[in-house]
Amino acid sequence: MSTHDANGPTGETGLERHGDGHGGLATHEEAQVPERFENPGLPQHQHRVSDVDARAAKRAERQVAAMFGLSALGTIVTIVAYYAVQLDEEVSFDTYLGRVQLSNFLLGVGLFLALFFIGAGAIHWAKTLMPDDERVEYRHLQRGTEETRADAVRILQEGADESGLGRRPLLRNTLLGALALIPLPAVILLRDTGPLPEKALSTTFWKAGTRLTLDPTGEPLKAEDLTIGSIAHIMPEGIEEAEHPLNERAKAAVLVMRLNPDDLASESEDGSYSGIVAYSKICTHMGCPVALYEQQTHHLLCPCHQSTFDLTQNCKVIFGPAKRPLPQLPITVDDEGYLVAKEGFSQAVGPSFWERG
Amino acid sequence: MTALAARRRHPLATVVLVLLGLVVTGAAYAALLPGRAQATDAVSGDVEAGRKVFLANCSTCHGLNAEGRNNAPSLIGVGAASVDFQVGTGRMPLQQSGPQAPKSNRELDEDEVRQVAAYIASLAPGPSIPTSEQYSSEGGDVSRGGLIFRTNCAMCHNFAGKGGALTRGKFAPNLTGVDPKYVYEAMVSGPQSMPVFNDQVIDPQAKRDVIAYLKTIEEAPSPGGLALGSIGPVSEGLVAWAVGLLALIGCAVWLGTKSS
Amino acid sequence: MSTTTTGKVAASTGNFLDERIGASKLVKAGARKIFPDHWSFMLGEVALYSFVILILTGTFLTFFYVPSVGHTTYEGVYEPLRGQTVSEAYASTVRLSFDIRGGLLMRQIHHWSALIFVAAISVHMFRVFFTGAFRKPRELNWVIGSLLVLLAVFEGYFGYSLPDDLLSGTGLRIMSGIILSIPVVGSYVHFFVFGGEFPGDEFIPRLFTIHILLIPGIMVALITAHLFLVVLHKHSQYPGPGRTNDNVVGYPFYPVYTAKAGGFFFIVFGVTTLMAALFTINPIWAYGSYDPSPVTAGSQPDWYMGFMDGAVRLTPGFFELHFLGYSLSLNIVIPALLIPGIITNLLILYPWIEAWATGDRREHHLLDRPRNAPTRTGLGVMAITFYLCLFLGGGNDIIATHLGLSINDITNTLRFLLFALPPLAYVVTKRICLGLQRSDREKVLHGRETGRVFRTEDGEVFELHEELTPQARWVLVQHDAVRPLALDDGEDEAGVRRPGSRFDGIRRRISRFYFEDRVEPVTPAELAAAHHEHGAHEAIEAEEERPALPSGQA
Repeated sequence: MSTHDANGPTGETGLERHGDGHGGLATHEEAQVPERFENPGLPQHQHRVSDVDARAAKRAERQVAAMFGLSALGTIVTIVAYYAVQLDEEVSFDTYLGRVQLSNFLLGVGLFLALFFIGAGAIHWAKTLMPDDERVEYRHLQRGTEETRADAVRILQEGADESGLGRRPLLRNTLLGALALIPLPAVILLRDTGPLPEKALSTTFWKAGTRLTLDPTGEPLKAEDLTIGSIAHIMPEGIEEAEHPLNERAKAAVLVMRLNPDDLASESEDGSYSGIVAYSKICTHMGCPVALYEQQTHHLLCPCHQSTFDLTQNCKVIFGPAKRPLPQLPITVDDEGYLVAKEGFSQAVGPSFWERG
Repeated sequence: MTALAARRRHPLATVVLVLLGLVVTGAAYAALLPGRAQATDAVSGDVEAGRKVFLANCSTCHGLNAEGRNNAPSLIGVGAASVDFQVGTGRMPLQQSGPQAPKSNRELDEDEVRQVAAYIASLAPGPSIPTSEQYSSEGGDVSRGGLIFRTNCAMCHNFAGKGGALTRGKFAPNLTGVDPKYVYEAMVSGPQSMPVFNDQVIDPQAKRDVIAYLKTIEEAPSPGGLALGSIGPVSEGLVAWAVGLLALIGCAVWLGTKSS
Repeated sequence: MSTTTTGKVAASTGNFLDERIGASKLVKAGARKIFPDHWSFMLGEVALYSFVILILTGTFLTFFYVPSVGHTTYEGVYEPLRGQTVSEAYASTVRLSFDIRGGLLMRQIHHWSALIFVAAISVHMFRVFFTGAFRKPRELNWVIGSLLVLLAVFEGYFGYSLPDDLLSGTGLRIMSGIILSIPVVGSYVHFFVFGGEFPGDEFIPRLFTIHILLIPGIMVALITAHLFLVVLHKHSQYPGPGRTNDNVVGYPFYPVYTAKAGGFFFIVFGVTTLMAALFTINPIWAYGSYDPSPVTAGSQPDWYMGFMDGAVRLTPGFFELHFLGYSLSLNIVIPALLIPGIITNLLILYPWIEAWATGDRREHHLLDRPRNAPTRTGLGVMAITFYLCLFLGGGNDIIATHLGLSINDITNTLRFLLFALPPLAYVVTKRICLGLQRSDREKVLHGRETGRVFRTEDGEVFELHEELTPQARWVLVQHDAVRPLALDDGEDEAGVRRPGSRFDGIRRRISRFYFEDRVEPVTPAELAAAHHEHGAHEAIEAEEERPALPSGQA
């Protein structure tokens, strides 16, 4: 809504307008008073000390020269440091890193001096010694004069006539048709930038009987190796021999945890083994590893956007931007007692996509 | 009047008085504070002494027989390692309630820690205090330790062990400067929110590797200059604005002002 | 003709160039172009010079970086990585940092420069916005600038993803998730962009091409157009005595700005180099090579992508819809695609929105003092507040650990503040602007408060005011009093609608929103009236040489 400033403390009246008010108060003075203030013009030039005093100017000159000299010094420091701090000798790890640090520091400070003081010198020169009286340049409207505009219109019309495009619709239409088609190869040629997704997003390396192995060491895991409260980061056995191991790891990462069987939700019991459950580690939000396990609360936390999954509710989402619960990998043990997958995942792991279902 | 009285209206007089009051109060408090609960001299060894320490310092929350009460869990089966970690780092006895028990200055002395650990270990089998060979970083494979650390630890403690956030105000603490013994014990006992990394999941050699990795990155100089806390792009962005852009705007202001 | 050797060389070079490209005409037209002097005009230069620094250091980096995710075993000096299977990209970056003298310095200059580049663009954009420099004829330049900031953000993101380390790889996983969330075609676009599943073998090499060729090429073209338009339009200037809408007051390009602006390049380069010498940035050796299984606590993108990370963290999960066998991840589409898209479009269209509201068709070369455009300033602060709420959301876990708070509380609080704070910021800013304008009016009408108190023999006490000089007054009164558009019905006597008048109702409302609350500049008539009221005081003020009365305290 609109604001009024009614008579202020010093008695000014009606100084704010609404809608279509007129400017200016009726005063005693007549129309001699202009409607708006006029530009008082450029202020008087103030001389700098170096304009007036030759010694000050000489001092400024020496300051600029000193800065340029400092820059030259910096360049020398850089070159010397480059050769003085060698990075190709066999020394202990800590010493080597210390050398890298020293080299980085010396080269960097040297270059800083070299660069900064050329700039500072040039700027100081401009500020103190170059003339600083303000000059004026006049602007012209961007648009051309009426004559130029008329000429331009006439030229465009003449050119259009000469091209014949207006009189020959066949030309125009076929040209448009050809131009409309020509971008298509640019798009089509991108087809082989990748295969079609097909079933890839919905399948993982896990099959019935695949052994659970520790990540990153690759050893298999027995059921009794896990105590209540423990967690193991898991990869399926043989994944390193896959054609694209990283692609497979990005879907097959699994977490295995052991809880008191009473704490498990009924839906997770079928896939569990004596309180041990396995869930996909790939967040159903955007694919980060949901690796943080809070042993006491039985919560799994994803560090990227803080989606929180509750292990006692079959990894349902209890906070954060994820929607789907983490898919469970049903597990059991084989005859030697090693943990194996009972079957693969029954749904796609990781972030949702349109056709996921 | 005396020199002191002549200065009674000095502007700093109030400050001096307040400081004096604080010092006197603090000294009196320290002098009069009752000493920590002293375990009576053990006649029958650590377990018995430990039981007394336990009753005096821990039983209020954990129950007379360490069976647990309310929020304090049962200590039966947690093992000496767990006690050595919790009490040795000052997390226990709990100073005040909060999302979790933070590290603090130790309240019980070394003997008492050893005794109460022995007592708890006597209640039921559990992880024992590691030997110095077990937690020594000598013979640890730093590279393998790094791999294991990144997979099992970095998501809570951050890539450099600087700590990270958990839910509801809990956090994984900064590992810098932590005694390797406590690192080992934490892995083996899974304190508070931290899961248990028993010897079958991360075997003793692997634990040594992790410790070696932690010590190496802790002692190594930061090659690029100041490490800015090793928390990643957040501190880098802050420095870019607060140091870099500010300095450049400062230079621009200098450039634009008229020389005197 | 000069007789010295330098003089002769200069003369013959000049002649060579003049006879081939008409250099004398260029010199005559361009060398003495006038540029106004103000530090806030240097912000764009910080960005420009950062761009040059990025190209110079980036070229050095390309001599050592290998754009391939092929596996190799790291056997270099960095012990904690030795023997690990890493990508060629990662190994080459570690080698550049540790084995090449100056390599780490160049990497760090490059990265610090990138952060400063986007920061400078942002502050430059704020300056242009709040001073109204985007108005005619500079709308095109504003659009070019908006495109540049977008490109700069993505360029940085792709750049720090090239070393294929754990942190940036996690960031690429997020991009994979965003692409998958695109309705209907998401998985297809993903497979074309990544060459298959995530992470695939193709993505890093493709990012390399985009990062060193495509985007820099487009940016060079846009920056050239941007600078050309600045020269064509001549730089805008702040209002002041002697400055009008039809002139530029300042100093000539040659020699003053050659020295100042040229020198400033070295300043920017130097400061950035000093930061690289003193502060570690992006220690990829400590992060480790990318693997989809591990992750670090505190996984954030670089600061300029933080608002998107925050938007994604703050959006609750119930926005994701499942129906008929399809998933619509609105919990990703809204914060990662829709919100940035809307912000970008509003940004680009803003000059036309405001021009529509004012109906003003004149060219504007005098900048606005932000207080004289209260609605625009308020809207700008509101937008920045909204951005900052998202930005803080991106660091909620770091805030939690450093301030001892709960990430859940921080997230929920920011969800609320995101909607509550911006309108509040708008109202507060607008009121402050109007207040400042009123205080300007006071100063013009009653003079500057000198702090000297005068007491007459009658016991009247008042403060002496010093009337402003015409120069000081001019800055406070020169701005236009923009009023809401007075639009008629839109129909003529015969009831025929004027074309475009259908939107007049909206236009009138927007115009009123912008200009109804306003404080108009003082006119000479008002000043004269104010002087009348001060008659008595003026007589006394004329005698202000009278010495002050001695104070009563011993």
